[in-house]
Amino acid sequence: MLRIRRFEERCAQLYQAEKIRGFLHLYIGEEAVAVGVMEALRPDDAVVATYREHGHALARGMDPKLVMAEMYGKVEGCSRGRGGSMHLFDASTRFYGGNAIVGGGLPLAVGLALADRLEDRKRVTAVFFGEGAVAEGEFHESMNLAALWHLPVLFCCENNLYAMGTALARSESQTRVTLKAASYEMSAWEVDGMDVVAVEEAARRAAESVRSGGGPHFLEFRTYRFRAHSMFDPELYRSKEEVEKWKERDPIDLLDQRLTADGILTGEERAAMEDEVAEEVEAAVAFAEAGTWEPVEELTRFVYSEVGR
Amino acid sequence: MTDVLTQTRTITYREAVREAIREAMQQDDRVFLMGEDVGRYGGCYAVSKGLLEEFGPERVRDTPLSEAAFVGAGIGAALGGMRPIVEVMTVNFSLLALDQIVNNAALYLHMSGGQFNVPLVIRMATGAGRQVGAQHSHSLEGWYAHIPGIRVVTPATVEDARWMLPTALSDPDPVIIFEHSGLYNSEGELPEPGAPVDIVSSRVRQAGSDVSLITYGGSLPKALAAAEDLATVGVSAEVLDLRVLRPLDTEAILASVSATHHAVIIDEGWKTAGISAEIAACIAEQAVWELDAPIRRVCSAEVPIPYARHMEEAALPQVSAIVAAAREIVG
Repeated sequence: MLRIRRFEERCAQLYQAEKIRGFLHLYIGEEAVAVGVMEALRPDDAVVATYREHGHALARGMDPKLVMAEMYGKVEGCSRGRGGSMHLFDASTRFYGGNAIVGGGLPLAVGLALADRLEDRKRVTAVFFGEGAVAEGEFHESMNLAALWHLPVLFCCENNLYAMGTALARSESQTRVTLKAASYEMSAWEVDGMDVVAVEEAARRAAESVRSGGGPHFLEFRTYRFRAHSMFDPELYRSKEEVEKWKERDPIDLLDQRLTADGILTGEERAAMEDEVAEEVEAAVAFAEAGTWEPVEELTRFVYSEVGR
Repeated sequence: MTDVLTQTRTITYREAVREAIREAMQQDDRVFLMGEDVGRYGGCYAVSKGLLEEFGPERVRDTPLSEAAFVGAGIGAALGGMRPIVEVMTVNFSLLALDQIVNNAALYLHMSGGQFNVPLVIRMATGAGRQVGAQHSHSLEGWYAHIPGIRVVTPATVEDARWMLPTALSDPDPVIIFEHSGLYNSEGELPEPGAPVDIVSSRVRQAGSDVSLITYGGSLPKALAAAEDLATVGVSAEVLDLRVLRPLDTEAILASVSATHHAVIIDEGWKTAGISAEIAACIAEQAVWELDAPIRRVCSAEVPIPYARHMEEAALPQVSAIVAAAREIVG
């Protein structure tokens, strides 16, 4: 969580410095969700994420250097600079994006799970999406298909209360999103998304049930993004008080307090962790700075496959 | 020996597609068919009739009416190592899956910097001419041909119906196969033994020297009939079947036009911003000095396709209009 937080804080600075351009959606505040869920997955499971996916990529084990280089648009980036912040990909960790169409990743997750079913592989596909996605037809079609075919999908709804600037109650007649899952005969739980331990527990239980043939499961993580939707968002739709209220439940602080109280983490260890993460982040920045631009002569590559034809 | 003895057998377009699917499923366990009513019903156009009995419900998979989800699931399954054939009942319904086709299938290889290719085949019926009304009569092949990252093929003969599929399935990237609904009942001679055909080049279906009739899909039979009519008035028409709309075989288009110096493009899509405009632009850009007369296009009228028979016929490209266009420019 600390790695994600510090990495993204640096990203925000680099955006101001115009090293990172385009859209930049920060995950700050929501780290416990990605971290807790990834802990419950195995290396051969698959992950489909959203455009706010830096946290998912790092928690999944992607190299911060490659992620930062991608933000810079360098050819050393995880997507060779073709994707950017919203399109992080990594075959080695089965990280299938980085999907910037709300709801667009859900059908893919259903298909990845279908492939596992047809090939008789005991794998889980975890798909992340915001509560805004529940308004999309693709959400409902995918939920139905996964349930109907009993596919090994773990649906992870990150409910941060706002679809960009639209509060859930302003867009949904039924704001209990787990009830939507239940209507597809799918097991669904509401989880405190600011508590990484609770997230991991719920995710582990759900993932193991999915893996052992229990069909798709649905987890709604109640969380909050502390930063604006993107770097262009003046945040007119929510009050500072509300943001401050949620910051009292900062997932990193909550874990700190718990570990300190339990005597598991000392002040020194905590400080050492900060140093280690700071070093990692600076190494990632240095790697991205030293990276190279893909020659423009390569512009038309990766439209069609170069091998296998 | 000067002649290779080629045997042929008569087969319908529908049977040719079915044979192609069956063989692909027999040869490769990763291949499965998925779509609305492909199983129990036997396919809306009876293409997949009998396949459920042969391969079972896991591999001949009926889906709910959820075009976005099952096309997207096809993409996901392709990413997961399968070789899905997704049938979208008609191009009209594919609009409900546009996000998946355009934003995922076409883009994943590129956005991932070459990591994730999508070996998916999407089949769909297209076209008008059966009095099924405006919402079931679209010809949107040109829309899909607009998108880099996918291949668009339009089998118009039984041989292409039979042998484009294995090539499409062995392609590492998404291929959309448009089957004109008016062709399913058509019969043709299938060479035996056959072999997979390429999905990059056009074919001259009839050689000629005075005018090039450039077309594809459901308009091919009309162009061939027009060529026959033209022959009776002493005009030798060459019929070029594009077969593939993306990538367009521009070399063959330019070669044909450079030989006949006259071009008529026949497309069941609308003229405005359609594939016929792309073909005309290609000729104008690269072979304008070869032309002895302006390019002519015979396309659908700029109206939704009407139900009433006489009105529908008036809206669609007809043999008489092709003949008239050719005669006008050949002079």
